[in-house]
Amino acid sequence: MLLNILLQEAATSGASIGYMGAAIGAGLAAIGAGIGIGRIGGSAMEGIARQPEASGKIQGAMLIVAAFVEAVALFGAVISLLVVLLK
Amino acid sequence: MKNISTRIIVLFLFLVAFVAPPTWAETPQEFSDDEPFNAGEMIMHHVADEHQWHFATIGHNHISLPLPVILYDTQKGLKIFSSGHFYHSADGTHEGYKMEHEHVTALDGAKVYDFSITKNVASLILSFVLLLSIFFTVAKSYKKRSGKSPKGLQSALEPIIIFIRDEVAKSNIGEKHYRRFTPYLLTLFFFIWINNMLGLVPGGANLTGNIAVTMTLALITFFIVNFNGKSAYWGHIFAMPGVPKWLLIIMTPVEIIGVFMKPFSLMVRLFANITAGHIILLSFLSMIFIFKSLAVSPAVAIFSIFINLIELLVAALQAYIFTVLTAAYIGAAVEEHHH
Repeated sequence: MLLNILLQEAATSGASIGYMGAAIGAGLAAIGAGIGIGRIGGSAMEGIARQPEASGKIQGAMLIVAAFVEAVALFGAVISLLVVLLK
Repeated sequence: MKNISTRIIVLFLFLVAFVAPPTWAETPQEFSDDEPFNAGEMIMHHVADEHQWHFATIGHNHISLPLPVILYDTQKGLKIFSSGHFYHSADGTHEGYKMEHEHVTALDGAKVYDFSITKNVASLILSFVLLLSIFFTVAKSYKKRSGKSPKGLQSALEPIIIFIRDEVAKSNIGEKHYRRFTPYLLTLFFFIWINNMLGLVPGGANLTGNIAVTMTLALITFFIVNFNGKSAYWGHIFAMPGVPKWLLIIMTPVEIIGVFMKPFSLMVRLFANITAGHIILLSFLSMIFIFKSLAVSPAVAIFSIFINLIELLVAALQAYIFTVLTAAYIGAAVEEHHH
C-alpha cells in the first residue's frame, strides 16, 4: 500500500522524493548518533559509579569516543545535505 | 556565586541574552519591504566563502570590507581589482568578468582562475598573524626567562603544550621519534582550535568549515604519514603478518582503501562538525525571523547560548581529535617491527 503511494508520487512529482529521502536519511543518521552516544554515556556512567576515582579518565575517554561516533553521523548528514544542494 | 563582580557579570549576560536578539530582530526593515526572509539562503551565505568580509548590517547599511579580486585570465593575464566593483555594479559584471554567487566567469568564455583574497583567505592571514605573534612571544619569553618560572602567556600555554607533547605525541608516537613530529602536531592543534574559535565570533569567517582547508590539513597528514612509513607499516598494509593467504585477498584492498580513508575521514569530520555547528546556531536565530515574533526570543536566546557553549567545546574537542588521530597514524607508521 505504502509502496503504491510512493511510486505514484515519484512518477508524478519528480525530484521532490529525493528531498524526502535526504530528510529521512538525516533523521536516521541522528538516530544512529543518539543510540551510539547514549550507549557510550551509559557505560561511562556505570564505570564512574563503580570507581569514582577514575571519573576524570572515564570522562575524557567518553568525550573522545563520542566525537568519533558523532563524526560518522555527520558523514550521513553531509551526504543528505549534498543531495539537497546539488540536485 | 561569591563576590559581587561575578554576580554583576552573570546579571549582565542574562539581560543581554534577553535584549540582544530582539534588538537585532528589529533590523528587518529591509526584509519586510524587499523580499521575504529566506532562512536557507541566509544560512548558506553565512557558512560559505565570499569575496567581501561582511561584518554587520545596520538598517539599510551593510558594514563590509570589499576584498581584492585576483584573476588569472588565460588570454588576458593577471587582473586585480576590488570586489566592490562586482558588488556595487547593477548586473554583477565588471571589465568583462561576471560574478554570480561568488563564482567568477569571463563574459567572453575564456578560462579564468580565481586567486582572490576571499573572506576565508583574509581570515587565514589574520589567524596566521595571531598564531605567529602568540607563539613568538611565548618563545621569546622562554629565552628571556630561561631557568625562571613561566609568567603570563607562557604559563597559560605551557600546560597545553606539555599535554600535547606528552599525552598526544609521546604516548602515540613513542619515545624514539616523537620529537620530530611534535612541532607539526602542536601547529595542527592550535591552528584548528584558534580558527574554530574565530569562526564562532560574530562577524568571523568560517575557515575550518571550508572543505578545502580541512582537505589541505588532511593531505599534509597523509603525506607525513606515508613518507615516514617504515617497512613494518607497509608490510601491515600489503601483507598483514599472521593472516592466512586466502584472507589477504580481502584484507589487502581494505587496508589500501584505509590508507586513503583515514585522512579523508579527518577532513570530513572537522568540516562537518564545524559547519553543522554554525548551521544549527544560525537556524535557531532564524527562528525569530521565521515566526516574526518577539515572544520567541527568550527561548531562542537561551537555546542559542547553550548551542554556542557546545560549539566552544566542539572547537577544542575537534582540534584535539584531529591531533590525536594524526599522532596515532604517525605512530602506526613509524612503529618498529617487534613481533
